[in-house]
Amino acid sequence: MTLVLDLTLCALILAVALATVLGGGVFRAIVFFIVYGLLLSVAWVRLDAVDVALAEAAIGAGLTGVLFLSAFGKLSRIGAEAEPPAAGIRALLPAALACAGLTGALAWAWFALPVPERPAPDLATALPRAGIENPVTAVLLNFRAWDTLLESIVLLAALIGVWMLARDEDWHDRFGLPQHVRPGGVMANFGRLLPPVGVLVGVYLVYVGADRPGGAFQGGTVLAAVGLVAALAGLLRPPRVTQIVWRMGLVAGPLVFLIAGIVGAILGAGFLTLPEPIAGSAIFVIEIALVASIAVTLAFLVIGPPEQGHRE
Amino acid sequence: MTGPTLYALTGAALVGIGFFGLISAQHLLRRVVAFNLIGSGLFVFLGAAGARSGASDPIPQALIITGIVVALSASALAIGLVVAHARASGRPTLPEEDGEA
Repeated sequence: MTLVLDLTLCALILAVALATVLGGGVFRAIVFFIVYGLLLSVAWVRLDAVDVALAEAAIGAGLTGVLFLSAFGKLSRIGAEAEPPAAGIRALLPAALACAGLTGALAWAWFALPVPERPAPDLATALPRAGIENPVTAVLLNFRAWDTLLESIVLLAALIGVWMLARDEDWHDRFGLPQHVRPGGVMANFGRLLPPVGVLVGVYLVYVGADRPGGAFQGGTVLAAVGLVAALAGLLRPPRVTQIVWRMGLVAGPLVFLIAGIVGAILGAGFLTLPEPIAGSAIFVIEIALVASIAVTLAFLVIGPPEQGHRE
Repeated sequence: MTGPTLYALTGAALVGIGFFGLISAQHLLRRVVAFNLIGSGLFVFLGAAGARSGASDPIPQALIITGIVVALSASALAIGLVVAHARASGRPTLPEEDGEA
């Protein structure tokens, strides 16, 4: 019975992925991609990875989808949304064969790889010392803290890259394009209905992340989405690049993370190694700062550089 | 066939489909979408490898969550570049493909 479910799910995922690539029109591809992300998050639940399922649904399908749709809107304004005629089947045949070969090589690698006996015996012995119970959060914020620290800096670097694309004359404007909402329409109503629920879900995801599926990234993404919905509904005016409070919010997470790492080094445990007695509370403080930074950074990344004056 | 094997093969197929999209699409926005398909296909492959031994392994899961966030930031930067390129040139395609189309 479960095999039937898995087979159906995989067939659906592959069909939607094919429709994303082969279907006509950019808009259709984006919509199929969002459906694909939601199906994929069900697949993560089937793989017993609920933390990843939450991240995929919130980031992979949700925020990435908004990003694509808003880019499509910007391209439509300048008449660049239409696709040029596709190359003929004959021209694409070598590419199709090469990609089929790539899939075959990956499938071969799967069967050639040795099957591990049991998952990470080191982790099972180390987990009681992590200060929290959710093993995924323990890996993210304690055992592999380097990855997460650098990831939060990657987010910041990407945002600086996006901001660099702003025109000089727009720099002091608010982020994104001006939003126009029909009073009493769907967007105006959902803009009022969703944010309170979203704030609750986002804070809850962060709070339970220490012991159960959830965490800073999933919760931060939901909070970023709340801000975006309110901004799209015209209820919240996006801030400006030059506002110092928001800049502080962007660096709070990486900064607190770095300070915690240095404190670990001073206490003799080593850089980014949390000493066992304070690990639980240290992770809590790092997580709060990270959530703020992730939420602000993701929302700014999706809304794009300041371009309020952009009209064409 | 067990569950993880099924998902690993699905992931392998997704990588192939994504690469084909990356090659065949001329509209740059579609290329970024296809790039995301490749990434998530690899995540599924890695996640299936983590689930292979029966119990789920949190280490690949943490790496995948990191990967999903990094993929979003890369996509945001890529999309910013696509929009800036389209505004500057009036076309959503790369210059070397304008002759063919």
